[in-house]
Amino acid sequence: MSKGSPISPSLLATKSAGAAKAPERADRTADHAAVVADLAAVSPVLGPNTVVPPTVMTGSQAIVRSLEELGVDDIFGLPGGAILPTYDPLMASTMNHVLVRHEQGAGHAAQGYAMVTGRVGVCIATSGPGATNLVTAIMDAHMDSVPLVAITGQVSSGVIGTDAFQEADIVGITMPITKHSFLVTDPNDIPHVMAEAFHLASTGRPGPVLVDVAKDAQVGQMTFSWPPKIDLPGYRPVTRGHNKQVREAAKLIAASTKPVLYVGGGVVKAHASAELLALAEATGAPVVTTLMAKGVFPDSHPQHVGMPGMHGSVSAVTALQQADLLITLGARFDDRVTGVLKTFAPNAKVIHADIDPAEISKNRTADVPIVGSVKEIIPELTDAVRAQFDASGTPDLTTWWAFLNNLKETYPLGWTEPDDGLTAPQKVIERIGALTGPEGVYVAGVGQHQMWAAQFIKYERPRAWLNSGGAGTMGYAVPAAMGAKVGEPDRVVWAIDGDGCFQMTNQELATCAINNIPIKVAVINNSSLGMVRQWQTLFYEGRYSNTDLNTGHDTVRIPDFVKLGEAYGCASFRCERDEDIDATIQKALEINDRPVVIDFVVSPNSMVWPMVPAGVSNDQIQVARNMTPEWEEED
Amino acid sequence: MSRHTLSVLVEDKPGVLTRVASLFARRAFNINSLAVGPTEVPGISRMTVVVDAEGDLIEQVTKQLNKLINVIKIVELTSESSVQRDHILVKVRADAATRLQVTQAADLFRASVVDVSTDSVVIEATGHPDKLTALLSVLEPFGIREIVQSGTLAVGRGSRSMSDRALRSA
Repeated sequence: MSKGSPISPSLLATKSAGAAKAPERADRTADHAAVVADLAAVSPVLGPNTVVPPTVMTGSQAIVRSLEELGVDDIFGLPGGAILPTYDPLMASTMNHVLVRHEQGAGHAAQGYAMVTGRVGVCIATSGPGATNLVTAIMDAHMDSVPLVAITGQVSSGVIGTDAFQEADIVGITMPITKHSFLVTDPNDIPHVMAEAFHLASTGRPGPVLVDVAKDAQVGQMTFSWPPKIDLPGYRPVTRGHNKQVREAAKLIAASTKPVLYVGGGVVKAHASAELLALAEATGAPVVTTLMAKGVFPDSHPQHVGMPGMHGSVSAVTALQQADLLITLGARFDDRVTGVLKTFAPNAKVIHADIDPAEISKNRTADVPIVGSVKEIIPELTDAVRAQFDASGTPDLTTWWAFLNNLKETYPLGWTEPDDGLTAPQKVIERIGALTGPEGVYVAGVGQHQMWAAQFIKYERPRAWLNSGGAGTMGYAVPAAMGAKVGEPDRVVWAIDGDGCFQMTNQELATCAINNIPIKVAVINNSSLGMVRQWQTLFYEGRYSNTDLNTGHDTVRIPDFVKLGEAYGCASFRCERDEDIDATIQKALEINDRPVVIDFVVSPNSMVWPMVPAGVSNDQIQVARNMTPEWEEED
Repeated sequence: MSRHTLSVLVEDKPGVLTRVASLFARRAFNINSLAVGPTEVPGISRMTVVVDAEGDLIEQVTKQLNKLINVIKIVELTSESSVQRDHILVKVRADAATRLQVTQAADLFRASVVDVSTDSVVIEATGHPDKLTALLSVLEPFGIREIVQSGTLAVGRGSRSMSDRALRSA
């Protein structure tokens, strides 16, 4: 939404009613279609903005009808007492409701759905524990700016505050982890609250919005009409970047001999990968894509120098450290990227483009701040850069590229075979990516396997890589993969999970099996909480306090992941030898009538490299244990 | 660390005070005082928040507050460009022997006595926080029994209206 005040949808509704009175039928239809098209173009109400004249119905029916009018196709949820009234009209709706086995699964599924489709993900739960089970997913969506609307039932307004059965102040509980939240006690508020929730979730910096609906508001009668009027006087996200700032940025780029495009998840959210490619090629600058941005710029592109951060590639981390200019697009200087902040990119000026003004100069002061959508800023910046290059000459990046290309060749991502002779987990993940290809969707849990999946699968397109970046939620993979498969049913969707993560949310395999959502789960089973174990190896003298999960070689193997998968109606395999990896993956790729679970039993000793230990400068990056690159040679 | 006075126009919606207060707590910003009440525009309330923060941090505070959907507008009021007032009620020991001295002290500060009993008076005063501090130090020797104090209220000098401008741009 721009700063100019949009035409009020309610005014347009009147206009279309007037058009309907025109005598000529053909004209009337054309007129009406034009109004509807106009509406869709300017209205902040999502969906086709079909005009619905006032109709009496219950609040529950209004919730379902609002979702339909907003263009929702799929919902993930689980009913209970306080949301029961809404589940009744839902049964008659054309919308697809996926019944999960735990509300956290509904939340992550809605996230996965939103991440692959770019649309708002929707989850529903009942009051009290149903709602609190959504909290982890809501927080995850908040940290990673995922458009999510969570609808929860609430006890009747008359008993709110009395510690009624299954009462929880979910609006209060989620206040710090939502973009906004609503408590609805009057059924007449439902249409505009629903439209506002979807508008807030999907525009500006996307995020989760909670709509908590008291039971009496669901049961009560109301008059439904559509489209409702959105009234959010305090919400005016800026999308267009300031011209002068864009020209300033272009000047800095033209004057830089060591620029880096530091690209974050905001570019994915803004659907701006094509625009980014044009800017990258116009500037000739190296591109680093953060964990949240993998695929928004093709890994195979010669200008891609890798992922930055704690487990980033030497070339990407060093590019940022040595840069004289960071062209920051939809990224937020997260501590996992910067390491110790005051030592991060010490000689770089900073251009920072972000739709959220609060991100600019939050962690690192920006020399040229540009508030707006990167979808609009990047093309303008590309034009400005071209004009600046024409005027003042194209900067010579030969020395910079020679330095970076040398780093890329000298320190490519790789792994050493484990000392125990067991399978290297990196190899399994690399083969999954190679045999599935860039059109697949890869959804990781959190930990070592997540980092390896970011490192060793080649991402060539946005929305092919899903993970819990900011929150680091173990258990994200299976339900998020489920949601991704519902959103993109024609793609192969892999959940690349760990044996720890998998045990947190694998109940959704039942949902997948019963609802024909054939995801593929690769459990990278190193029999331990691998990332914690890695830190214990490196920083706690190998004292493995509570990280052994007993699921791998020479253990009791509880649970047996193959039996578990079979119990859930999934095709299930175990792969324990290097020579079986490809055949097992192929077998999984050929099965499309049910979910697949593969227990890849791997070495517990493999570690994620490179690594910048916590609390030190990114200059201290280690390519292997106690091995830092020899900088002198690269000059 | 310096003191900043923020005037915040908010929608008068349930939970808006919680949203503002918890944002300060969550982002580790210190509130010195907070006053809230309705304005001349129905449905719009105004908060005056006094915070202690470094220069960079106050910008973060403002940006984070602006992200709250119910917050419509924020203006920082400097002491030169605004009138700032606190309101105080003080219960002071005052018997027949000291009552006259106490009320005279109150008079000097243009404060008024709003309640009298045999051994105490309640004094009401309005003014800049510095003036109220001075009043309290004068009353101190008589024995202060209770103090109730409002947050600072602040309004910009001149004819311009904050809510006027905010609602026009909305």
